[in-house]
Amino acid sequence: MKERIVIDETSVPRLAAHVRLRFDKQRDQWIVLAPERLFVPDSIALEIIQRCDGAATVAGIVDDLAAKFDAPRDVILRDVCVLLQDLTDKGVMTR
Amino acid sequence: MTAQAAPFALLAELTHRCPLQCPYCSNPVALERASEELTTEEWCRIMAEAVEMGVLQIHFSGGEPTARRDLPTLVRYASEVGLYSNLITSGVLLDEARLQALVEAGLEHVQLSFQDSEAQSADRIGGFRGGHEKKIEVARLVRAAGLPLTLNLVVHRQNLDRLGEMLDMAVALDAHRVEVAHVQYYGWALRNRRALMPTRAQLERATAVVDAARERFKGALVIDYVVPDYYARRPKACMGGWARQFLNVTPSGRVLPCHAAESITGLRFDSVRERGLQDIWENSEAFNKFRGTDWMPEPCRSCSRREIDWGGCRCQAFALTGEADATDPACALSPFHDDLVRVAEMESGAAPPAFVYRRIGNA
Repeated sequence: MKERIVIDETSVPRLAAHVRLRFDKQRDQWIVLAPERLFVPDSIALEIIQRCDGAATVAGIVDDLAAKFDAPRDVILRDVCVLLQDLTDKGVMTR
Repeated sequence: MTAQAAPFALLAELTHRCPLQCPYCSNPVALERASEELTTEEWCRIMAEAVEMGVLQIHFSGGEPTARRDLPTLVRYASEVGLYSNLITSGVLLDEARLQALVEAGLEHVQLSFQDSEAQSADRIGGFRGGHEKKIEVARLVRAAGLPLTLNLVVHRQNLDRLGEMLDMAVALDAHRVEVAHVQYYGWALRNRRALMPTRAQLERATAVVDAARERFKGALVIDYVVPDYYARRPKACMGGWARQFLNVTPSGRVLPCHAAESITGLRFDSVRERGLQDIWENSEAFNKFRGTDWMPEPCRSCSRREIDWGGCRCQAFALTGEADATDPACALSPFHDDLVRVAEMESGAAPPAFVYRRIGNA
């Protein structure tokens, strides 16, 4: 059985192999596509998901977001970990 | 979303041919014959039109979609036009070479059905000897090919007590997701309702099994679970609402808002052989008939949930009341709801009759 992945600052997240992040021209929005489900990430989730390229660490992603949005790093770290843990538990994200 | 917003997904029923004969098959009782099936070129045209409309996903289904020799060609075309492709299969016609051809064509995901965790029972339910063993082999091939795997588990009174074992099987086969769906009673399944309806006690045990497995397999297995209508208080938003998110194309090209819609006799469905897909989606009588909320009778019309459940399932309303625009009897506000519960309790409490298997001429 696969071990549950626990997200922390050292994780290197990426979308699972069968999940696609795609810009939908007809609806003018980004969409995450997986079998039998798709969802439209809100603007914050999109900023995070777009940085999960299988190279950047969570720490790196958080630094980047903290600089871009001029926000406290610990707050961003918490939000990023909550979102990525949820997506990982749902099989949308892996590392 | 406005009424004519584009659908997200296309269910492509490539054929009604299938080696299995599951007594709850979602195909219509009047099965379409091979000679009526759309050609490769016709399916490619449909996919091109679908992408143009804004469809994002295609589910290749059936019958058994791998019975079509041109499946790799169709998958390749889907991939080229940018559709996310998913194969919904019984698996029994697949082998390593055929699977590899689909992988090379760009297939992105496989949903493999299992009828039970025990081979003997599974083969009896599917009406296909050796099927279970073959499916186990195919599940391993799918994972070995690097494709993500969902197991589809249709549950009913004759396998529900082994749901825990079926979920263990999913983990052992390295599936990342399972869809546990209770039988929906129209078409073949309605004919077999007395053989399939679970008891309320079975259902409660199964729900507890799912809850425990979700905790135990957290992060390893995603479990989608749909509670059965007959023991529910409120209906499901069937298909996310009639003609709101999904299109279904039958083997001969008729376009339906859901795979069971032809069970509503008296509705006429247009064919891609006569009209464009977008024209059908936006303008056809059948699609507009139950779209949105204007068609609703009371108590749906003034219900605060009318844009949550969209009035439930039209096929079920028709099957059980004879009126396609009636409130879905799954809803406790339907005058038919108490009858529904009584029927479920009565039928599930009696000995199950033999299955009426799904095959041409057996209805």
